[in-house]
Amino acid sequence: MPALDRVHIDKLTKRYGTERALGGVSLELTAGAMCALLGHNGAGKSTLLGIVSTLVRPTGGNVRYHAAGREVTGADVRREIGLLAHASLCYGELSARENLELVAGLYDLDASASSIDVVLDRVGLDLKARDREARTYSRGMLQRLALARALLTRPSLLLLDEPFTGLDRGGALALGAELGALRDAGAIVVVVTHDLEAIAGRTDHVAILRRGQLAFEERGSYSYDQLKDLYHRYAN
Amino acid sequence: MLRHAARIAWKDLRIELRSREIVYTMAFFGGLIVVVYSFAFPVKPDLVRAAAPGMLWVAIAFAGTIGLGRAFDRERENDTMRALLLAPVPRLSVFLGKALAITALVMAVAAVCTPLLALFLEAPLFAAPLPLVLALALGCLGFAIVGSVFAAMLLKVRSRDVLLPIILYPILIPLFVAGVYATEALIAAPGPALDKAWYWIGFLGIYDASALVLSLWIYESLVIE
Repeated sequence: MPALDRVHIDKLTKRYGTERALGGVSLELTAGAMCALLGHNGAGKSTLLGIVSTLVRPTGGNVRYHAAGREVTGADVRREIGLLAHASLCYGELSARENLELVAGLYDLDASASSIDVVLDRVGLDLKARDREARTYSRGMLQRLALARALLTRPSLLLLDEPFTGLDRGGALALGAELGALRDAGAIVVVVTHDLEAIAGRTDHVAILRRGQLAFEERGSYSYDQLKDLYHRYAN
Repeated sequence: MLRHAARIAWKDLRIELRSREIVYTMAFFGGLIVVVYSFAFPVKPDLVRAAAPGMLWVAIAFAGTIGLGRAFDRERENDTMRALLLAPVPRLSVFLGKALAITALVMAVAAVCTPLLALFLEAPLFAAPLPLVLALALGCLGFAIVGSVFAAMLLKVRSRDVLLPIILYPILIPLFVAGVYATEALIAAPGPALDKAWYWIGFLGIYDASALVLSLWIYESLVIE
């Protein structure tokens, strides 16, 4: 299965009862680009990420995924998605290694200790903690495990919801660099964050949502001050 | 699909073997119901033959519901259900895996309640052990199939603990009726009425097959938000 190279989001709407979470959002995500999805709480960012990750059904509009010039659907799309959500998506009763073995098994990947250690090294999870139950982890360690889980499957579409939460300054900067490397390797990276400093200078595409609608969208790299200015101008 | 279902079921059982939280709670609760019955009802052979099948299946239903709710709560804690649904495996294998693991847990409850009921109420539950095991296995499987669909559907609902039995039990009525009649036939005096028992065991098989087909059909549309 070739990597996803384009995701076309077309007039996406989502309602929860009478509440409108998204009201006609259209976006084009392309390979080798990092999109920062910004907005206040309740602006619809997580809902948009949920729909793009195929876990939330839109009320209207659609998302089309393309790989090597043809449209892909179903399990072929899910195989290419790496998701880092608010929750860790990992089992607290299993160790980091066991959690990743389970993921590797479900994705038909190499579940050997060495290949799992490579990913855990990459996210900087302490060697001594790897065989401990994940429920004993600190918030930062859990975030590293969640990131390892998302990276293990070598996704070509990486969806990250507040990835810097719980990480110390060094961890946040290292994650920023890791995301930059993934982008350079050709992945589509979408980051929902309020930590503008961590993504400053790394994004190629900024989209700002306000009350479920796209208030701003532009391709380009932005400094921290520019991002802050855009955020205050369009998110409010 | 079955390989991935087995992997998911094994994951659930592995977690349970480590924590033993659900199985101990279910078994203790199931055993407690049987003990309460033994105090509440007189131990008279005729009365026991008439009441024991109902007692057994009610104990399985109540204890099973506790286990069902907790097994899906575990998937809610770190939103791991989303991780399972995101995996590039047929989403039905997630359903089958959960249902298989819950079947094993409910069977464990049946394995505790049946001998306790035989002991405390002197119910002749082991007069025909093989058909009884088959009836219980099919009953537990049907309970797990239907329960897994609705427990997954209610995963994000705030009052799911209250709603689950309210939605589940009416749908399980045919299963409990068949289970009670099959058990009643197996402990009938002067000896097991095997023809009647096999009829109801066959009914349980048909119920399970129908529930499975329907669940496979509606599961994905129920679990995606």
